[in-house]
Amino acid sequence: MIPSPFEYVRVSSVDEAVAALAEHGEDAKILAGGHSLLPIMKLRLAVPSVLIDISGIAELNYVRVDGDQVAIGAGTRHHDLENSEVAQAEVPLLPHVASRVGDPQVRHRGTLGGTVAHCDPASDLPTALLALRADVVLVGPNGRRTVPITEFFLGFFETAMEEGELIVELRVPRTGDGGWAYEKFTRRENDWPIVSAAAVHLPGGEVGVAMANMGGVVLRAEATEAALAAGKSIEEAAALAAEGTSPSADMHADAEYRSHLARVLVRRALTVAAGEAAPSTAESTAAA
Amino acid sequence: MSILGTRVVRTEDPLFLTRGAVYTDDLTDERLTGALHATFVRSTVAHAKVLSVDTEAAKQAPGVVAVYTAADLTDLPPLAPPFPFVAAEFVRQWLCTDTVRFVGDAIAVVLTEERYQGEDAAEQVVVDLDVLPAVVGTANAAKDETLLFPAAGTNVLAAFGEPAPADFFDGCDVVVEQAVVNQRVAPVPLETRATSAVWGEDGRVTVWCTNQGAQQAKGQIAEWLGLDAALVHLVTPDVGGGFGAKIGADPEYALIAHLAKLSGRPVRWTESRSENLTTMLHGRGQDQIVKIGGSRDGKVLAYSLVTDQDGGAYPRIGVVLPTLTMLMTPGTYAFPKVHAQARVLATNTTSIGAYRGAGRPEATAAVERALDMFAAEIGMDAVEVRRINLVPKFDEPHSTPTGATYDSGDYVAALDKALEASGYAELRAEQKLRRERGDIRQLGIGVSTYVEITGADNGAGTGEEAELEVHADGTATVLTGTSPHGQGHATTWAMLASDQLGIPVEKITVLHGDTDRIPKGGGTMGSRSLQQGGAAVHQAAVELVEIAKKRAAERLEANPDDLVVDLGTASLTVKGTPGVSVSFAELAAEEALLVQTTFTAAAATFPFGAHVVVVETDVESGKATVIRIVTVDDAGTIINPLLAEGQRHGGIAQGVAQALLEEVLYDSDGNPQTSTLADYPFISATELPSFELVDMATPTPMNPLGAKGIGEAGTIGSTPAVQSAVIDSVAHLGVRHVDMPATSMRVWKAVQAAQSASQTQNGSTN
Amino acid sequence: MQVSMTVNGQQRTDEVEPRMLLAHHLRDTLGLTATNIGCDSTSCGACTVIVDGLSVKSCTVLALQVEGSQVTTLEGLAGEDGELHPVQAAFQSEHGLQCGFCTSGMVMASVGVLAANPDPTDREVREGLEGNLCRCTGYHNIVRAVLKAAEAGPVAGQVPQSQEVSA
Repeated sequence: MIPSPFEYVRVSSVDEAVAALAEHGEDAKILAGGHSLLPIMKLRLAVPSVLIDISGIAELNYVRVDGDQVAIGAGTRHHDLENSEVAQAEVPLLPHVASRVGDPQVRHRGTLGGTVAHCDPASDLPTALLALRADVVLVGPNGRRTVPITEFFLGFFETAMEEGELIVELRVPRTGDGGWAYEKFTRRENDWPIVSAAAVHLPGGEVGVAMANMGGVVLRAEATEAALAAGKSIEEAAALAAEGTSPSADMHADAEYRSHLARVLVRRALTVAAGEAAPSTAESTAAA
Repeated sequence: MSILGTRVVRTEDPLFLTRGAVYTDDLTDERLTGALHATFVRSTVAHAKVLSVDTEAAKQAPGVVAVYTAADLTDLPPLAPPFPFVAAEFVRQWLCTDTVRFVGDAIAVVLTEERYQGEDAAEQVVVDLDVLPAVVGTANAAKDETLLFPAAGTNVLAAFGEPAPADFFDGCDVVVEQAVVNQRVAPVPLETRATSAVWGEDGRVTVWCTNQGAQQAKGQIAEWLGLDAALVHLVTPDVGGGFGAKIGADPEYALIAHLAKLSGRPVRWTESRSENLTTMLHGRGQDQIVKIGGSRDGKVLAYSLVTDQDGGAYPRIGVVLPTLTMLMTPGTYAFPKVHAQARVLATNTTSIGAYRGAGRPEATAAVERALDMFAAEIGMDAVEVRRINLVPKFDEPHSTPTGATYDSGDYVAALDKALEASGYAELRAEQKLRRERGDIRQLGIGVSTYVEITGADNGAGTGEEAELEVHADGTATVLTGTSPHGQGHATTWAMLASDQLGIPVEKITVLHGDTDRIPKGGGTMGSRSLQQGGAAVHQAAVELVEIAKKRAAERLEANPDDLVVDLGTASLTVKGTPGVSVSFAELAAEEALLVQTTFTAAAATFPFGAHVVVVETDVESGKATVIRIVTVDDAGTIINPLLAEGQRHGGIAQGVAQALLEEVLYDSDGNPQTSTLADYPFISATELPSFELVDMATPTPMNPLGAKGIGEAGTIGSTPAVQSAVIDSVAHLGVRHVDMPATSMRVWKAVQAAQSASQTQNGSTN
Repeated sequence: MQVSMTVNGQQRTDEVEPRMLLAHHLRDTLGLTATNIGCDSTSCGACTVIVDGLSVKSCTVLALQVEGSQVTTLEGLAGEDGELHPVQAAFQSEHGLQCGFCTSGMVMASVGVLAANPDPTDREVREGLEGNLCRCTGYHNIVRAVLKAAEAGPVAGQVPQSQEVSA
């Protein structure tokens, strides 16, 4: 299967990208790693008439400390994030989650900005970014603006990005190794999660908890976060993980099972983040 | 020392590893220059009346040379059901004119100059459909409320056997009954279907296609197109996996050949994976009722298996699969009474065909499940119950109540070897510990024994052709009617010739799959190749030596009986006179040294074995992970252990895949839910451990090699062992049965149900 | 549009449609048919090639996206004298291939696995090959082959020197 025909525009700076978006209007799509967009174009679920390739914009590929945040260029590939020493030291949840995305080939191409813009409810990195309370930096015809990620994912494949805008940077707090975990539950190792949970101790003392595939977008486990803030135990807080969510039913899981998984995974993530258990892995320690 | 039984690496591999194999889509044959690309327009609805098909816009699309619908195929004979016992009303059309019966049913074909233009143009074909209720699942089909073929008056495509007599389970202290699903799966050879066709000026058509037997595919294409078979030349390029789904030809291949004629241009077709997952034959698809009865000391007295086979929309090989299931119903067990009955139902889904094991894994899964449940019911270890009921070691053929005649077997020994290699007692001890501790990760141990039928008479007998020629330059050529697509015949067949002639394996070329050069052949399926095709090569080599001896005797002025083969020099020497010799090559230089032969096996063979599988189940989430697989697979004499092990590995993995992960799903309207490899959970490396194989070899008397089939055994043994292990991992929580695939949600729900049932029970007794 | 890339050490410039996938470009334009296409969904990995030192699935990359890059396919892996790359040799000796359709992608992905981790465990090989599907081997001998290739040292994770990006 192959995409419908389109026009291809290669840009080498953010300004050029913004200009190209303005010129081609709403039928244009940004192409970065292409690992979210090209698969749906091949199935003809997306039929853009223009692709603006930003993968050659060198200025979008970086991971650096900026004040009390880590700034990550939107064009940073998962593989680069996974191996970034800055990220590993300053916000280790993120490179770990990057290492759990798809498979090595996908990580060699896919970008952080791309996965955020794509807004898949089952996506790993957006879940981590939500737990981290990241900021999304956008550039558009009206200049640069920052949207808290808690206000960015609006609905099923729908974000707060406006026409003509592109993501240029993600900013996350410097958590250090203050306690974090990502519990991903899949059918096969490299599948999208049936449900996943990210937990991270934030610099202010708050614990951020977010989940993938528990609704139309990645979600914060708000009841859990509130319970933790109110001093409840991990066990009590995790029991509330599915509160206020309406997970979908599909061939992998019905809503009841997803809710159950959310409670289990959030509890496990919080336990690991609190330093009370080793992360669960697919690999067994079993009997021989 | 004979080369047979040694680990010869494949002679095919250097090319495969450097320039790649040449599959049908890779062909650069000059006759295909300027070929058009075919794209099918297929139904997006499972069941509907076709009101109209408008091709006008598509004909105007860039690169379009032609768009064909059924109206353009009036000179093609109608297709007939594949088996004479299926009523003539159950017939498919080349392209649908009045009714579509599954998502993927073909409606039109677009021919374009370039590959990329096809999909664009196909989108422009406007099909107006009037949606009908869809029949999904055998239970719905059996109601006969909505009929796929109203003229037939029923959805029952075929029925076999009679109900069990009313007194069948009389005298049993314990009777257990369970509905068991042997779910529909997709074979998914990595190479999708592909074909190319071109007509010559001599009026013959050359068809290249990916398949498991050129001669059978050729016969079908000729018959479907109403052509004299002599007018069809079929060539099988390298084939990227088959697993039963590429047995014979598909109507698409014949249609492409016909469109090459209509368009006057060569035509190529390679399906996409989505097209493959929705329109290539699926496998399994049985809904079974198993019922087993016996005494509390573990002796089974009666066993019954009643099967509803999902046939899919149009009858294909799936129609006969239940007969193999019925034949193998008792498996390795000496049950006094065995009953089997089946019917095949039409549904608005992809047709069912053969998939690794084809009817036999379904029988094994059923009987192993039945024994486990019987064991659980009487509170006895499932291994003990097996031991009590296994057919004892036999050297003379053993006849079963369902009409099979097993050639040779020692099932108890296979079971003992598997148990010993797995450390069964230690595993049970570890399981007990974890249960006592209430661990989150619990251990499950599954044991299966199996026997299957290989090299069966599939209607074309139990024979195979071979031609062997030695050339003057010291090389040799083998022509075979088998059709390797990963099995490594080029290496093994060369070993068999080398074993007799002493010509090195590297100097022996094995050819297959060209019907002009090899007009007769049975192909590769049903684990038949070595025991029939390999045996034919062996026989050809033996015969060639005899011919060579006669000619050498003249030349050396010796008695033929005094001549022996010197394997080191590929020559014949006079016994006791080492200096006097003539090589096969020298004899070939004088006169062609060639043998054509047919080997006919005495009968089918029955490989057997035992598998032990260990899983670890996260009881909170229900997710089971396979951590060990120990298998004993006895396929008689092994010619190349390296390749035989490879066959076992692949088979084992496909069994694990069915037991744990894979299932083709449709919604209630017949829409496929698993039409890409993102949705269909094809098993990957991370979901499997490395395997622990244990050797055992009980030769068969049915062929001179002593070999039985090995291609399907791994799947047949591993599927029930994995399922059993998963159930065992939560048995202490009250779970008796979980259908395949044993997904995490299924396991979790089974635990929830068992726990709430036990609470209810406790509540009522308190 | 025009696209230039270095494929197996050879500079190539060709006219392509913007939507041309790298996999089809390699197969149909350049005739390098060792790279196979086994799915539509970036799932099977049969089309894996090495682009600028990293394994990628060429069915999910536009030919235009690798403008100026170094591409290595299975055809470019053996030495100029025909000597098999350690991964190729190990796939043969360990019987790591049967029908061969996944093999090109599997070999290229394995080179990538060994580039990232020259001394992997059984489990790490499996995780490294999680994006490559094989229906024939049950992965057992593929894993053995990668472990065997690792014994050859760092060269097992490299593509031929002549094709490396000059720094």
